[in-house]
Amino acid sequence: MDFEPSSEQQMLIDQVRRYVREEIIPLEAKLDPDASELDPADQARLVEKTKAMGLYGIDIPKEFGGPDIDIVTRVLLAIEMAQHRAGLYVPCYGTFGGAGLAQIFEANEDQKERYLYPTLRGEKKPFFGLTEPSGGSDPARAIQTRAERKDNGWVLNGAKIFISGADRAQYGIVFARTDASKGRAGITCFIIDAGTPGFHVRRVVHTLRSSSYATELEFKDCWVSDHQVLGEVNKGFAVANDRLTRQRIPYAAGCIGVAIAAHEMAIEWAKMRSTFGDKLANRQAIQWMLVDNEIDIRTARHFTLEAAEKARRGLPFRTEAAIAKLTASEGGGRVVDRSMQIHGGMGMTKDLPLERWYREMRIRRVGEGPSEVQRMVIAREILGSSLR
Amino acid sequence: MALRLRLDKPWRPLTAEVVDRLPGQLGVYQIADAKGTIVYIGQAGARSAFGLRSELQREASQRTLGHQFRVEVNQQYRTRWFELLMVHQADHGSLPIDNAKNPPPALGRLSPN
Ligand SMILES: Cc1cc2nc3c(=O)[nH]c(=O)nc-3n(C[C@H](O)[C@H](O)[C@H](O)COP(=O)(O)OP(=O)(O)OC[C@H]3O[C@@H](n4cnc5c(N)ncnc54)[C@H](O)[C@@H]3O)c2cc1C
Repeated sequence: MDFEPSSEQQMLIDQVRRYVREEIIPLEAKLDPDASELDPADQARLVEKTKAMGLYGIDIPKEFGGPDIDIVTRVLLAIEMAQHRAGLYVPCYGTFGGAGLAQIFEANEDQKERYLYPTLRGEKKPFFGLTEPSGGSDPARAIQTRAERKDNGWVLNGAKIFISGADRAQYGIVFARTDASKGRAGITCFIIDAGTPGFHVRRVVHTLRSSSYATELEFKDCWVSDHQVLGEVNKGFAVANDRLTRQRIPYAAGCIGVAIAAHEMAIEWAKMRSTFGDKLANRQAIQWMLVDNEIDIRTARHFTLEAAEKARRGLPFRTEAAIAKLTASEGGGRVVDRSMQIHGGMGMTKDLPLERWYREMRIRRVGEGPSEVQRMVIAREILGSSLR
Repeated sequence: MALRLRLDKPWRPLTAEVVDRLPGQLGVYQIADAKGTIVYIGQAGARSAFGLRSELQREASQRTLGHQFRVEVNQQYRTRWFELLMVHQADHGSLPIDNAKNPPPALGRLSPN
């Protein structure tokens, strides 16, 4: 497969690259190094700018008003959008818009009116509630939150952990067990409004991602009507799984973007910094680190574009998405680590973005399915269905 | 295991002599009036020249005598700051008076146990 960008793709890449360098990085230089939000006035101004560029709502399907951009091009642009300090978790500080929750496109018409369209207009923010204290790698077995039938609706009881943004969201989707005897075929996805009696955001969970926290949720006799079921009863797991697979491609692209930015910084520093009478760039030990960075980046880029290309063509891409997520998150972590090493003490400071990338990149080997689970997905493909 | 949610260290007088001895680390702090009512929750981020010391020196120079403070050294000063604000809001129904003048744009809601 040829992954050289076409001239149209290159034009968009250049446009986004200029935007990151001319609009985002200068503003970011004035913010706290752990900031994840722009000043509201800057945010509004930049959203107008991305709208004028025709790239606002880049992840929104065309039929819902998004720009008509295929997934391969979106990956190429996502790689660019991540190339700044906050870029891994808040690429361009969200100024390109988006739904933020792929599942909500599966809503029925009434739910689309209440949730999808306000989300696309930027009026509502969602959260994604899958992981529980009992585990997140294997949600089909780990989910213990129960939903029991009552009064034309459901009563939820249980807890969720590591849920990003639940305290600020207007609604979220929450997975609960509706039939204990059926394993993965007994899980249903519910839409829960903030403020629903019995739904509590109990605490902040502080992680390495000190720019934005996760939260712990509790559901205590939380009643929701049948209208809040997303998709079909007992078919929630397919909804979760599909989203997680799709998410892995842009997730990988973000890691690649940050890796490229770290690598470029390391190259520049190595050419400039001298020790023992010569430039770092002339030391073989440093050259090899840069070579390894280059290989990690190219590998991840190749596999991520391959996964995107399969998705674009409508082919199965589960294995490819797992390989992309694995190579980009593990390779990206190595690139940032080597780039810090080349920078010496300066690499450890908050003056540079490397330390933030280092912390946040570490999470990427666990979030959206840990590396071991990605390897499991790939192993299943290699070894055949006997392991399923 | 959840970390301690609220700051519960004893208050110290907000005077130049006391704050000059503070560490230069990153973290969060609270300012109270003479009666012990929290009036402000702040953070010393990585752009403060000497972290908590710089921030509290600034506070001491701007506030009247009788104010008090307490600090928590915390690398995760940002998320901890948001947490303290949300806990205060949950406990008292509002933000501390000086935070309310300029609240963070998107503060979440917590209902701690
Ligand atoms: C900052 C942050 C934000 C998050 N945001 C969200 C969110 O918004 N919504 C949400 O639902 N979740 C969220 N998560 C949770 C995340 O998806 C889970 O942490 C992840 O899926 C792993 O689940 P777990 O932590 O329960 O680990 P476990 O499932 O307990 O697994 C522990 C470890 O065991 C290993 N392991 C697991 N299975 C296997 C296997 N088969 N073979 C070998 N080794 C294995 C892996 O190394 C894994 O890391 C977030 C997590 C973090 C850190």
